[in-house]
Amino acid sequence: MTAAKTIDPKRIDRVLARHPQGKPTALVNLLHDLQAEFRYLPELAMEKAASYLNVPNGQLFRVATFYESFHLKPRGKHIATVCTGTACHVRGAPKLTDHISREFEIPVGGTTKNMELTLETVNCVGACALGPLLILDGEYHGNMSPAKLDRTLKTIKRG
Amino acid sequence: MPIRFKINDVAVEAKPGEGLLDVARRNGFSIPSLCHLESVPAIGACRICLVEVRRGRRSKLTTSCNYEVLDGIEVSTDSPEIRRHRAMNLELLLARAPSSEAIRKLAAQYGVSQPRFGPIKYNPLPNCILCELCVRACTELGHHALTTVGRGDRKRIGLPFNKPADTCVGCGACASVCPTHCIPMTDTLTKRAIWGQKHDFVRCSECGAPVITKKHRDHAIATKGLPEDYYDVCQSCKQIATSQRFAAIVW
Repeated sequence: MTAAKTIDPKRIDRVLARHPQGKPTALVNLLHDLQAEFRYLPELAMEKAASYLNVPNGQLFRVATFYESFHLKPRGKHIATVCTGTACHVRGAPKLTDHISREFEIPVGGTTKNMELTLETVNCVGACALGPLLILDGEYHGNMSPAKLDRTLKTIKRG
Repeated sequence: MPIRFKINDVAVEAKPGEGLLDVARRNGFSIPSLCHLESVPAIGACRICLVEVRRGRRSKLTTSCNYEVLDGIEVSTDSPEIRRHRAMNLELLLARAPSSEAIRKLAAQYGVSQPRFGPIKYNPLPNCILCELCVRACTELGHHALTTVGRGDRKRIGLPFNKPADTCVGCGACASVCPTHCIPMTDTLTKRAIWGQKHDFVRCSECGAPVITKKHRDHAIATKGLPEDYYDVCQSCKQIATSQRFAAIVW
């Protein structure tokens, strides 16, 4: 929760200014932009966005909680996404999530205390031939193994 | 130009844009439903108001609440097939709301007493069937204090940002329209507790009965242009006062 307190309202306003005021249709784009700025959607940003677009808080919250791509909890600097689709699963995806969970002491969906890494899963990204697959900050790493994981995640600070 | 069509072989008329369920009920046909109120937009959530609509050679089962009437359609409100589908939907609803009296009763009429499904794993508001009638009522009244949160099997009725909304005036509309009465609301003589907030009641200056929450009164007076003292006296005391005034004139 400490991250939420340090949100600078000016940063929110700068993002809001890029969108037309009072236009509810800009909602999803604005939420995407806010998330690009903060890596998640802080409550203050959502409240400001709602009044800026003239959308009721409830309607904004409905949209923000509906889509998987919006995150309401602070996320780490790096995002490790493990594919758990059928092909990746049989090729050992559970070993990858278990390994990262153990090494960084976070559950799936969790973020390390130093806000360095968030572990997530995705159901399938269509790269089944490369499974098991790890996506680190948007970069695809195929044929993963726990040993290879250590090398890939080497630069990320523990804690 | 009125729209003319047939319900169970009886000719009826409607205005363009009207919902089939409203037209049917106005003409005396009974169609069961859980999530429909004439005063809020129909969304076809409970799927109990299923009817069969024939249009030319095509025929389909559809929810009547959000079906806009068309010229020349032939509607039937009851048939073995319709009953079979309603029974299935009621069985699913019963799995979500096993202890709801209203749903148990309706399901029993369709021969369903024990659902083959459930118990469902996630329903933080027990017996809620997610028909969103509460959300629609709240929105229609202009409060926007309720919303749905999440989706799929994690969908629930909740508050914006999961915290008590300052736009909630404690009117209790959500709780009173709920078909399964699943929204907790407790009233005492002085206070109403709902959605994590406590609202003070305005008490009737004659008999002391709770009239309306203070926040709701302020909201209603501000938005509807009512006189300041409109809610000082409760409805029944007002009726007594009016009848006494009439009595004084007559005698």
